[in-house]
Amino acid sequence: MHGLINRTIQSFVRDTRSEALWLEIAKAAELGFDDFEAMLSYDPALTKRALGAVACKLGLPQDALLEDMGTYLVSHKNTEAVRRLLRFGGVDFVEFLHSLDDLPDRARLAVDDLILPQLELRERSAERFTLQVSARQRGFGAVMMGVLRAMADDYGALVLLEYVPEAEGVESIDIQLIEAAFAEGRGFDLGGARDE
Amino acid sequence: MPKVGDLIWGARGMNDMKPMGAVPHDLAELGRLMDAFCPMHVMLDAAGQMVHVGATLQKLRPDAPMVGKTFLEVFELRRPQGVSSMSELMRSAGVKLHLRFYDTPETALKGVLAPLEGGRGAVLNIGFGISLIEGVRDYALVSSDFAATDLAIEMLYLVEAKSAAMEASRKLNLRLQGAMIAAEEQAYTDTLTGLKNRRAMDHVLTRLIERKRGFALMQIDLDFFKAVNDTLGHAAGDHVLQNVARFMVEETRDEDTVARVGGDEFVILFDGLTDREALSRVAARIIERLEVPMPFGEHFCRISASCGTVLSQSYGQPDAGVMLADADMALYASKKAGRAQHSFFSEAMRDVGGDGGPIPAAIAPKHKGARPREERRGEE
Repeated sequence: MHGLINRTIQSFVRDTRSEALWLEIAKAAELGFDDFEAMLSYDPALTKRALGAVACKLGLPQDALLEDMGTYLVSHKNTEAVRRLLRFGGVDFVEFLHSLDDLPDRARLAVDDLILPQLELRERSAERFTLQVSARQRGFGAVMMGVLRAMADDYGALVLLEYVPEAEGVESIDIQLIEAAFAEGRGFDLGGARDE
Repeated sequence: MPKVGDLIWGARGMNDMKPMGAVPHDLAELGRLMDAFCPMHVMLDAAGQMVHVGATLQKLRPDAPMVGKTFLEVFELRRPQGVSSMSELMRSAGVKLHLRFYDTPETALKGVLAPLEGGRGAVLNIGFGISLIEGVRDYALVSSDFAATDLAIEMLYLVEAKSAAMEASRKLNLRLQGAMIAAEEQAYTDTLTGLKNRRAMDHVLTRLIERKRGFALMQIDLDFFKAVNDTLGHAAGDHVLQNVARFMVEETRDEDTVARVGGDEFVILFDGLTDREALSRVAARIIERLEVPMPFGEHFCRISASCGTVLSQSYGQPDAGVMLADADMALYASKKAGRAQHSFFSEAMRDVGGDGGPIPAAIAPKHKGARPREERRGEE
């Protein structure tokens, strides 16, 4: 599993809980080191053990943990770069949803060995969408739940999300757009100057 | 998607295009299409005056309406050079133009010009080229300022994504470099005493020779150390070595290199110090300090040391191997003279060598290893 994904697990614990807790988790998961390197690759077994140890220490079910991590990726100040890269996908939430099909390719343009799950948006009506997430490891769908929730906030859109756990290797999320411009949302400055 | 050129040629070949219906046949229609596809275009009349300006281009100078001004008074044409009139500008049709605003910010722009049918002027499309990043920043541009087909947003995305990836790689490199320095440091350190090891000493000696500055090389051999090891054990021996290392470091300067090069053998390199008296004083102080009996448990460890020194200026072209062998010979002279002493190497030592016979430099260190035992037997 790519270091960026493993590093996210570590940063999530460190930024939302504490460095000390991460060190405990690294030990409990028997990683054999304290830090994941973002630009190296790791045996998927390590990722699984790390996630298991985090869920255990935080007392959260795996899906809830993954969703929290998705939210963290978009909303924490230490992962601002991720939020910005996602915001390049579109000027409003619907355009952003449509850009998700390209997300794995976009990610590969920047980091060519980063393999993200295939995403496919099905448009059922102007306000109803289904996002299908196909990956070798299940769990990405739950992460996308968190990402979508946080991105909707970011755009100021009001949405209802429903997670449909795996069926035949595909996880899906039903998305219902209640109001595209419900709140102000956060700013997004193309030039990268301070937002908001 | 139609390009500027298509529209212009479409206008020129209007009669042929008629069946398609929507071909622009007047400038207003052309302007409308250009607004949709090329928000940074400008239309010039025959005199070179700007008659229609795309919204994004005008956004770069929000307080100075461009319509009514001549193109060449607002934009400086950097390439091709020497263009100062509309007629000259018209001759650069189809060529890549390098432009710049006359006033600040002097954003660099790229452009291409296509003439209008019947000498009615020209249309120019303008873009940021590589100054896109500064442009977006300086003028606070947003997605809707670019045509949907413009790759500007994708380029901005890529620049940010690549910067983030590079930053992560840079951090990894820094950490790897730190680990490498630590590993090198370890490879150059004698772990028992914290002194430099043989490898490090060889390294420093080579550097000193290359730098062609004067320096001194002192070999130090502990006397009676083996007796400590044999009677009180290795722990006592280690204790002694650590003390000796500390004395040597304390009695030398920061710029000197103190190395443990064998079991009880040390080399000190004195960078820039070649004064015989000063060197003799350092040797005497070291010997004096390590002769003070060192308590270990209920015992005292008693040792001494013999030293031999060579100076780089004694050689036309100093050689590390020769200097070490000569220093060893001087050290052997100290041993012969009754130990606990310091000697400088002199050519005369080559002739008297070990027991009167010359010692070939290359095998001198081997002889030395066998020596202390014999000497101790004579003494005890």
